[in-house]
Amino acid sequence: MIIPHPLLGPRDASEFVYLGDASLIDRPDPRAADALQQFHDYLYLRDNPAGEHRELWFHEHGDRSWLVVTRNTLTHEITAVELAKKVALERGRDR
Amino acid sequence: MRYSVFRILEQGLTGNRGWKPVWREPDPKPEYDILVIGGGGHGLSTAYYLATVHGQTNVAVLEKGWLGSGNVGRNTTIIRSNYLLPGNQPFYEFSMQLWEGLEQELNFNAMISQRGIINLFHSDAQRDAAVRRGNAMVLSGADAVILDQDVLRKKCPFLDFDNARFPVLGGLWQPRGGTARHDAVAWGYARGADRRGVDILQNCEVIGFDIRNGACHGVATTRGAIRAKKVAVCVAGSSGQVMELAGLRLPIESHVLQAFVSEGLKPVIPGVITYGAGHFYISQSDKGGLVFGGDIDGYNTYAQRGNLPVVENVCEGGMALMPMIGRARLLRMWGGVVDMSMDGSAFIDRTLIDGLFFNGGWCYGGFKATPASGYCYAHLIATGASHPVAAEMRLDRFASGALVDERGAGAQPNLH
Repeated sequence: MIIPHPLLGPRDASEFVYLGDASLIDRPDPRAADALQQFHDYLYLRDNPAGEHRELWFHEHGDRSWLVVTRNTLTHEITAVELAKKVALERGRDR
Repeated sequence: MRYSVFRILEQGLTGNRGWKPVWREPDPKPEYDILVIGGGGHGLSTAYYLATVHGQTNVAVLEKGWLGSGNVGRNTTIIRSNYLLPGNQPFYEFSMQLWEGLEQELNFNAMISQRGIINLFHSDAQRDAAVRRGNAMVLSGADAVILDQDVLRKKCPFLDFDNARFPVLGGLWQPRGGTARHDAVAWGYARGADRRGVDILQNCEVIGFDIRNGACHGVATTRGAIRAKKVAVCVAGSSGQVMELAGLRLPIESHVLQAFVSEGLKPVIPGVITYGAGHFYISQSDKGGLVFGGDIDGYNTYAQRGNLPVVENVCEGGMALMPMIGRARLLRMWGGVVDMSMDGSAFIDRTLIDGLFFNGGWCYGGFKATPASGYCYAHLIATGASHPVAAEMRLDRFASGALVDERGAGAQPNLH
């Protein structure tokens, strides 16, 4: 697989480390009343879709940036790549 | 028809015209007592033990493709019981004991060959870990032998013992481990279940569940609706997809594991050998092909094929361990979708929906578990209680904290 890095252009996927579903950006609020349940779901449960999947890749052998890659899990086709920092800021995280 | 030497002689002398299909192809009935979703090794063995141990014969196995078209025909055929943790090892040893009597019980040649499995170690620390694992195996009733380098040099003279970075110091040997012909395991269980009245429904994909008031009353399929008192899901890599139809999220990601086979060679690899420094394992089939594999690709996929960097990595592991295989040519490679769980261990459990059961999360190691998985799943479905050796394989273990984390890698499925 070739991942089109938004800053560096097309890079081989073997330069990256895979983390998993991009929903891992949305860390629950530890002060919430049901924080225990929320963290259980956040840590352990996955949608695991067959089809379009937004996922986190880390460019370890490169610029060490985190990317949110939108990839089809049936065909491995990549349709969008964003910097995870940008996605996280848009979702209201402070970094 | 019972298979025997006399049957082969009789058929051989009469032009082999008497062989019959070994299972029926029935149409779905409107209702069964128990539905097993998934016609792979685990689903078929579940149906077999439901019929033989628990007398449940009003059972159907639903398979979306053809029987045994998934991972039971894609794995590297290794059987072993060399686990460490108390939640795993007694289960896998139970499975090993079922393997040992399987062909006689099924009256089917599954080519089970207890040629032994050797896990190599390359450092003092790894040796300590191997001794500890061996002790855990012996405590569970399994067999384990620590081989030092001198013995290993006689058994496997082709290993790169004096490798500068990862010298081979010895190995943990389980003589009762070995290989089995994976397709024949599926066929043998299917034949055994069918003979006892179980309906095996191929090309019958589940497209929905009939869930009312928190209880499962049946499924919708591509061959019509089927009612059932109990529904048991057992679909490996498709676990997330099928359970989503029931509205459940799982602690599972689907990944791809690639496997490889070389051209046929004269006998050269004794038993199964696993590399302790890279991820590489190898055995030799009875036809002579070297059957080997390594790491999963490491990203979510349902594609049943992987990418080339992993191929290179696996082959490099093989070359580092046994340089002689560099002259062998790769014949075929393929991928299977594996259900990687969050702690690397499996689930055999009921769900929060009454009458709906779940078996999955076998990661890349489900084949060796086939007999015990079916046996324990059938026990749970028929009696309502977990079988003692599978009591820790619970779906709620991440909430309770009672993880079965063999690798100690945490909730990171691609590291197990």
